[in-house]
Amino acid sequence: MKTLLPYLRQYKKETILAPLFKLLEASFELLVPLVMAKIIDVGIANRDKKYVMLMCLLMVSLGVVGMICSFTAQFFSAKAAVGVSTKLRHALFAHIQSFSFTELDTMGTSTLITRMTSDVNQVQNGVNMTLRLFLRSPCVVFGAMIMAFTIDFKSALVFVGTIPLLSLVVFGIMAITMPLYKKAQSGLDRVLSVTRENLTGVRVIRAFNKEPEERIRFEENNRALTVMQKKVGKISGLMNPITYVIVNAATVLLIWQGAFRVDTGVITQGELIALVNYMSQILVELVKLANLIVTITKALASANRVDSIMELETSMPDTAAAESRKEDTIVIETDPLEKRTGNQQNNAPADEAVRFDHVSLTYKNAGEESLTDIDFSVKRGETIGIIGGTGSGKSSLVNLIPRFYDATNGRVIINGVDVKDYPLHSLRDKVGVVLQKATLFKGTIRENLLWGNKNASDELLNEALEISQAKEFVEKKEDGLMTQVAQGGKNLSGGQRQRLTIARALVKKPDILILDDSASALDFATDAKLRKAIREMDGNMTVFIVSQRTSSIMYADRIVVLDDGKVAGMGTHGELLKTCAVYQEIYQSQFKKAKEA
Amino acid sequence: MEKNKKQKQKATMGKVLCAIRPYWPFVLLSILAAAVTVIGTLYVPIVIGDALDYIIARGQVDFAYVSRKLITIVVVVLITALSQWIMNTSNNRIAYNTVRDIRNQAFQKIEILPLKYIDSHSYGEIVSRVIADVDQFSDGLLMGFTQFFTGVLTIVGTLGFMLVNNVAITLVVVLVTPLSFFVAGFIAKKTYIMFKKQSETRGEQTALIEEMIGNQKVVQAFNYEDDALERFDEINEKLADCSLKAVFFSSLTNPSTRFVNSLAYTGVGLVGALSVIGGRLTVGQLSCFLSYANQYTKPFNEISGVVTELQNALACAARIFELIEEEPQVPEPEHAIILEHPEGNVNLTHVYFSYSPETKLVQDFNLAVKPGQRVAIVGPTGCGKTTIINLLMRFYDVDKGSISVDGLDIREVTRRSLRGSYGMVLQETWLKTGTIRDNIIMGKPNATEEEIVAAAKASHAHSFIKRLPKGYDTVITEEGGGLSQGQKQLLCITRVMLCLPPMLILDEATSSIDTRTEMHIQEAFARMMKGRTSFIVAHRLSTIQEADVILVMNNGNIIEQGNHRELLEKNGFYANLYNSQFMQ
Repeated sequence: MKTLLPYLRQYKKETILAPLFKLLEASFELLVPLVMAKIIDVGIANRDKKYVMLMCLLMVSLGVVGMICSFTAQFFSAKAAVGVSTKLRHALFAHIQSFSFTELDTMGTSTLITRMTSDVNQVQNGVNMTLRLFLRSPCVVFGAMIMAFTIDFKSALVFVGTIPLLSLVVFGIMAITMPLYKKAQSGLDRVLSVTRENLTGVRVIRAFNKEPEERIRFEENNRALTVMQKKVGKISGLMNPITYVIVNAATVLLIWQGAFRVDTGVITQGELIALVNYMSQILVELVKLANLIVTITKALASANRVDSIMELETSMPDTAAAESRKEDTIVIETDPLEKRTGNQQNNAPADEAVRFDHVSLTYKNAGEESLTDIDFSVKRGETIGIIGGTGSGKSSLVNLIPRFYDATNGRVIINGVDVKDYPLHSLRDKVGVVLQKATLFKGTIRENLLWGNKNASDELLNEALEISQAKEFVEKKEDGLMTQVAQGGKNLSGGQRQRLTIARALVKKPDILILDDSASALDFATDAKLRKAIREMDGNMTVFIVSQRTSSIMYADRIVVLDDGKVAGMGTHGELLKTCAVYQEIYQSQFKKAKEA
Repeated sequence: MEKNKKQKQKATMGKVLCAIRPYWPFVLLSILAAAVTVIGTLYVPIVIGDALDYIIARGQVDFAYVSRKLITIVVVVLITALSQWIMNTSNNRIAYNTVRDIRNQAFQKIEILPLKYIDSHSYGEIVSRVIADVDQFSDGLLMGFTQFFTGVLTIVGTLGFMLVNNVAITLVVVLVTPLSFFVAGFIAKKTYIMFKKQSETRGEQTALIEEMIGNQKVVQAFNYEDDALERFDEINEKLADCSLKAVFFSSLTNPSTRFVNSLAYTGVGLVGALSVIGGRLTVGQLSCFLSYANQYTKPFNEISGVVTELQNALACAARIFELIEEEPQVPEPEHAIILEHPEGNVNLTHVYFSYSPETKLVQDFNLAVKPGQRVAIVGPTGCGKTTIINLLMRFYDVDKGSISVDGLDIREVTRRSLRGSYGMVLQETWLKTGTIRDNIIMGKPNATEEEIVAAAKASHAHSFIKRLPKGYDTVITEEGGGLSQGQKQLLCITRVMLCLPPMLILDEATSSIDTRTEMHIQEAFARMMKGRTSFIVAHRLSTIQEADVILVMNNGNIIEQGNHRELLEKNGFYANLYNSQFMQ
């Protein structure tokens, strides 16, 4: 709700006009019983056919005016609802763009997607319904009561007693069933998860002969669900009979009271009929309201889920130092050295590109450190190989360079400046990352490559393709660079995708290139050619190659061996083979048997 | 076509009735209660009208008569409310119990479906049948019972009451009400195109959201945030435009039909008032007719909604029954033999098998494995390695030929005992929701703590389990979230290490584990395989060199067979494969 209000405020005109016109329509509707009373009291009593017809004409015109008012109301409410949801989606999308990887990890992208789609749609529905009907129903109820007062004060007191009683019943039952509905829903979720598990694990379940146990588990969950559903049904099933009894009891009271009033000549027969009519109108509206409340509760729940996204702030806001740099970003990007002399915060050697200064990292919600006291520096133009077993922290280490995550302790320093003191945008402009998962987007190959640099010339694109060993297969395609890539790059092989993601990073002309296990789908020969081409590139690019394969990193200038988040060794291939036990083991697990054979 | 569809619907209806049958006393009760409810609801306005006729004007009130009528109303209302409650409760019971039964049936079927069905259907599809379709069906069933039935009864009842009292007014109502159908249908037809456009644009937007938010990390790595937002806004504006049209125009239905209803009301008022003047009707009867005019149109509007809902529910029911009636796996013979502690003689003779008749896969496959032998299966992706395992475990049945264990055809023994004789570790790691311990003891529920820890130590899983917040009692969520792929695989290995059946199947069992840990596990594997017939599928040749027999497969056939040395000497497919992997 909190985030919703500002958007509704932008549609102030619509949010006021829509209910207003609805009310107008409702008041016309409320006039109908009065007209009918007139027909009975004047038309029938005086046997005046002309009067009857005139009044009927009046009723029809009331209907027409009511319909026009209603159309107007529908228009304004649709405009407000659609407008709010459009703005909300925009805000959500923009907000998610500001999340750091930590927030993305905790929320999970699939949640973010459903909140942007189905939840926002629910909100739209809710706003629409609220503006159109939610305000109308109580107004009709109270309007009917007021009309009753205009007819006869004493009879109207019956309404005063009935309406609170009815509201109490309706809202009381709602209040009891809503949480139960939620429970039933989570019961359904459990049944769903058992079913899913039995499908994904069908081989294991059958291999271990677990079918009988699984059946019992399913039936138990299913039974619990049914019990909950029946309970909810039982309570909400009380609503209709109770309201029916209350309204009719009120009608009986009304008639009894009315009989005396008519007998003493205070009101007429027609007016009594009008009063009875108002009572039945109230019943109709209450039923509508009850149905509506379900939609609105759903919308509220959705609005809360949207809220929780909007309330989540990035854990990586730009620091004051970064803010001050925002104005003179150009200086930083073009000449790190000059900037460094301007900011005497580090006395790093001039040719140092990256330094890990006693860095450790603990992921949010994780008990253990993923990186512990990493401390080394890398010269500009150096190629660093990083190797280690699964979960040894290789990716975690390189992810700190473009500040995908923040180090828990210590500092990561690039060109003499703490990464936290760069505006994120200019930091990431310097660093080209090729992630483990080769992701391409729907569009042409060209469009995909331009992600790195919108203004890149075709020459630059071709150069990048050549280095990434992708040129050959791209040229073989009928449409070359204009070849369409399907969503997720499904129409390309894993190796092709990987080479294109590498090209995409190269188009950026980064100062620092990170290849995070991004050649795993390439065969040895292509992998070797790729590494050679990167080595021979112009400029002074610093390269990090992360791999599980010794062959991919053995020719690096220096190799960092990670084991359980700690540096287990550092040096050239030859040095490490002599000194580092972990490296020896990795190397041997991949090469020893080959040599023996 | 149309007729076929109708027939199918009829058949589904029959099955639904069958499913409801156990609850027939409630159905009977519900129908009775519904009838009482409708009669009561229709009777009350008559009595009210009757009473009003005796409250004419000053001094012309018959209190004795009115009070008698009011007492009648109270009694009728109480009876009606009671029967309404009975109807609601029985409908609830019928709908939810039926749905529970159907769900149980569906799940039981899933447990005995042939793997072929499960492999060839997406999980989402099957799950949505058991969950979403059944849910929709229960809603439809409930609504059908409560609203459709009472709606029809109300219409019939009202018509009857009205006809008995005044034919002219009845005609007005009968003539005007269909107009609202006409208007609603007209608007629905016109808005259909707008809705289609809306859902297309929405789909387009969802695709973009999935792409950009789903790959948010790449988006950020390339500073693409602003461009993404720009593209998003473009579609968002487009969606706003067509949503507004669709929402607005479709919302015209309600006011329009309400206008038609008010026409009917006015018509009743006009004709009724004139009749009263003409002396053919009393004022009380007119008031009764007016309330009928409201009541009569309401179920019409409802029923049109309920009919679509019901049709939808029937379509859902058809999908569920399709699943329930799916052919189950071949039943076991009546006196299936229970395989006990097999020695491990496995014979495949002249086996033919394929997943679909068009593409031949395994043809005339022969293999004799002696107890304790280690059989390795290698070959390029898609060559049919995993197929052999599907056949050994009898996840699929052979098309021709036979597979036997200790001389017994596996189709003659119980599935339970056959599968219990193999310890299996698959490439796709699967863990169930529960604690780490629950997952490890799957094959041996009564294992002691020492046994569990020993198994976990052997598979090198103990050290990471120990570091988890609650150790062996850590709860892992669906699909093992929170654990790395390699850790999940270690747990799957532990599971088999604990129960140690007489034969083993390892299908890429260490594919997600780094080479160093793998080397350590290999020792444990070697110990485990000692004396046990084992089948090993692997793509890393280094892990299978010590096998007794290596089967080299390509395109579903064994193209070479022998041990590592023999195959290298042969200098054929295997030698080629081997050299390409280690060529530096």
